[in-house]
Amino acid sequence: MQITVTVNDAVFTREVEPRLLLIHFLRDELGLTGSHWGCDTSNCGACVVWLDELPVKSCTVLAAMADGRRVLTVEGLERDGRLDPVQEGFARCHGLQCGFCTPGMMLTARWLLDHHPDPTPAQIREALSGQVCRCTGYENIVRSVRWAAQHQGGDGGGGHRSESGGV
Amino acid sequence: MSVPEPNGAYGPVPRKEDARFIRGRGVFVDDIQLPGMLYGAILRSPVPHARIAAVDTVAAAAHPRVEAVFTGQDLAALGLAWMPTISQDTQAVLATDKVRFQGQEVAFVVAQDRYSARDALELIHVEYEPLPVVADAERALDPGAPVIRDDLPGKADNHIFDWEAGDQAATDAVFATADVVVSQDMLYPRSHPAPLETCGMVADMDPVSGRLTLWSTSQAPHAHRTIYALVAGLPEHKIRVVSPDIGGGFGNKAPIYPGYVCAIVGSMKTGRPVKWVEDRSENLMSTTFARDYHMRGEIAATADGRVLGLRATVLADHGAFNATAQPTKYPAGFFHIFTGSYDLRAAHCQVTAVYTNKAPGGVAYSCSFRITEAVYLVERMMDILARELGMDPAELRMKNLLRPEQFPYITPSGWEYDSGDYPRALALAMDIAGYGELRREQAEKRERGEYMGIGISFFTEGVGAGPRAHMDILGLGMADGASLRVHPTGTAVLGVSCQTQGQGHETTFAQIVAHELGLSPDDIEVVHGDTDRTPFGLGTYGSRSTPVSGAAAAMVARKVRERARVVAAAMLEVSPDDLEWAGGKWRVRGDPDKAKGIAEIAMAAHSSLELPAGVEGHLDAEFVYNPPNLTFPFGAYICVTDVDAGTGQVTVRRFIAVDDCGVQINPMIVEGQVHGGLADGVGMALMQVIAFDSDGNCLGGSFMDYLLPTSVECPSWELGQTVTPSPHHPIGAKGIGESATVGSPPAVVNSVMDALAPFGVVHADMPLTPANVWSAIQGRRLRTDLALT
Repeated sequence: MQITVTVNDAVFTREVEPRLLLIHFLRDELGLTGSHWGCDTSNCGACVVWLDELPVKSCTVLAAMADGRRVLTVEGLERDGRLDPVQEGFARCHGLQCGFCTPGMMLTARWLLDHHPDPTPAQIREALSGQVCRCTGYENIVRSVRWAAQHQGGDGGGGHRSESGGV
Repeated sequence: MSVPEPNGAYGPVPRKEDARFIRGRGVFVDDIQLPGMLYGAILRSPVPHARIAAVDTVAAAAHPRVEAVFTGQDLAALGLAWMPTISQDTQAVLATDKVRFQGQEVAFVVAQDRYSARDALELIHVEYEPLPVVADAERALDPGAPVIRDDLPGKADNHIFDWEAGDQAATDAVFATADVVVSQDMLYPRSHPAPLETCGMVADMDPVSGRLTLWSTSQAPHAHRTIYALVAGLPEHKIRVVSPDIGGGFGNKAPIYPGYVCAIVGSMKTGRPVKWVEDRSENLMSTTFARDYHMRGEIAATADGRVLGLRATVLADHGAFNATAQPTKYPAGFFHIFTGSYDLRAAHCQVTAVYTNKAPGGVAYSCSFRITEAVYLVERMMDILARELGMDPAELRMKNLLRPEQFPYITPSGWEYDSGDYPRALALAMDIAGYGELRREQAEKRERGEYMGIGISFFTEGVGAGPRAHMDILGLGMADGASLRVHPTGTAVLGVSCQTQGQGHETTFAQIVAHELGLSPDDIEVVHGDTDRTPFGLGTYGSRSTPVSGAAAAMVARKVRERARVVAAAMLEVSPDDLEWAGGKWRVRGDPDKAKGIAEIAMAAHSSLELPAGVEGHLDAEFVYNPPNLTFPFGAYICVTDVDAGTGQVTVRRFIAVDDCGVQINPMIVEGQVHGGLADGVGMALMQVIAFDSDGNCLGGSFMDYLLPTSVECPSWELGQTVTPSPHHPIGAKGIGESATVGSPPAVVNSVMDALAPFGVVHADMPLTPANVWSAIQGRRLRTDLALT
């Protein structure tokens, strides 16, 4: 079947098998390998991308379900050569070690900050609780998101809500 | 030796690695795409023990997108059906005679895409004749137990080895005179490292040059290359192993797995690159597990709390093949460090290992070669003794900890601890925790029927294996090389044999060299994980990177510095003896303004400057570091839990960790290593177990069943530190990668047992799930490694 998906503002039309998972579409068909596959069972969140306005686990979304919709991946977080504050926060606060969970963590964090610009550590933990990091023990991820919250706006960019607005 | 004071190069500098990872531009094995690449998939046994009557691959081979199918019989024709393990055993690559655990590799398919490879697995028909199963290690040596390894000549039981350390007679003697002896059976259940990236390989055999390139999830690329050469008879210089970015290792990526061998054979058969990446269930069910130690501890003490002796008796479940990974001389790893951090007179341990119908492995998951099990045993025994004596567990520990003046200290089982100030670390942890106030709060809560626990653990690790006279892996001595090339403009490339899996070596090791040469870390590129570009060494596991490769990096930089001295002397027209290294430059003694830094010396070393006779130009150097001893990091941990007695739910409210890893190169990275290990400890203590049912079915084969801690199970860690340099390490560093994983599980368990003291609960095994805790409160002890049926 043929699908057309807008990924990080670029439009891609591809012939795919109906059973193809979105994570494999992104990685194998489009070469966007920043999103990772980690578990098969929607537990780890290494594959989190945005489908329209919502973070989803792309290992349990069919590529066909993304037809006509927009996807945001880690490769789309940096805009015009400017890092998203979430990206900068992760680097500054040692919010990553092996880097495998990081793209998914950052995409959920971006969504959180778009909806709750000044989250408490407990709110950050709750938002990220569907994702697993095996390296950091989460504390520095919480600090990274807090750093991003404190450095939003200005020329820091941030905010991937559509023109129609989010919450 | 003198330990250098940290200068501008040491410190919490941001990591060089992060620029690529935060942009999604890391390159992991599964990110590698080569022209014409094919995809492999493994057919695995659904049953844990069965004879293979027939394997029919005709339909799979006829699949239009399948390029190759092979079985154990096909590999046998190549002499590759079996491979050696690190423990002098053999392991089936693809099963020929029998399958011996659920998930064992049976056949391999190579297809044009991932999905077709999986489809073709469904077309393979295997006829299994089921055999009786050994799922419980405690039944493995029963008379009449099914013999799992009937492939081994003359093998008539499931026994692997007996091993002991310490002095049995001396231990018996101190036990005979002790006022108090307590004992406890305890299980350190089977766990799994579960890095978020599973294991995989892209194998590319160039049929023309005969050159084999392997992009592999390997923590030890050089060792793997040598093993491939020995196993497959391939010339070592024609093999290149590349470990690209690795998505966590924790020991899971130290061994060689059947899938790697199959990917290589697949590429040889098809003449095209073959990618094989396991899925999560394959990772959890077939790659190296950790622990599975059934232990009995006995501790002897005087009535006033002076510990005299310790005994440990262990039944070790090694699974279907003995594939534990540790230095050859030590079949139980470093378990015999089990006397821990205490000054006691005698100790003895005895370990018996057995085969079961479970996946092979056993030394993995940040365990520092089984020091996890050792620390767990002694720290549980200290708490059980404290309760028996009616002493506070902190007081009992303080009374028995080794004192600073006892170092270097020879333990009853033969280790020489290099340095430490243990009472200071425990005092600091208690201070951060507010220990006295916590005890008061606990007493008040108990009055109200609330159950709060305070658990302490104190650990000593031995890391940085190791002195090559005593330590080798498959005959390869555990010394590691470093090479340093200094360009004319004063930038440098450091090559190291260890392999980062998230530990930040590209940053830390640049800081080490920068510190030694008066350069900026930005001027130093660290190359690792590529056998074509780095010197030989045994890789990263057992917290050995900084203790071994970090030392090699410092020493090779010092070698460069000495070479630079001769050049600087020629530049300044003085004798090398007239120069001293100060403030990052070679300076003329008594005239320190006359000085040359490494950058200008490097340019001169490549120039037409006339050098003394016999002095080579350039500054490049190589060094092989053979550690004189292990290093011994230590720490004091305190865990505060709240237990809901109605549901058995445990909440970790606080966790205080004081670590001493000697000199810290990058404290930010050290802190991160500790954080991660603490989460592992909470996971192992409360959630994680690879259990089996009585039929040998794996009950931990997905993240739905093998529960990992998330952000909501982990508290905000509270860290402290002391710094006791290692006296024999070139920069006084000790290693930190596994300290918290080793030290934290007993703190959590001690805390929960402390909370449950009003119920008379002395011990329950990990993981302390709600069902397990609730059962303990009811006075029933669960076997957490077997199905709860």
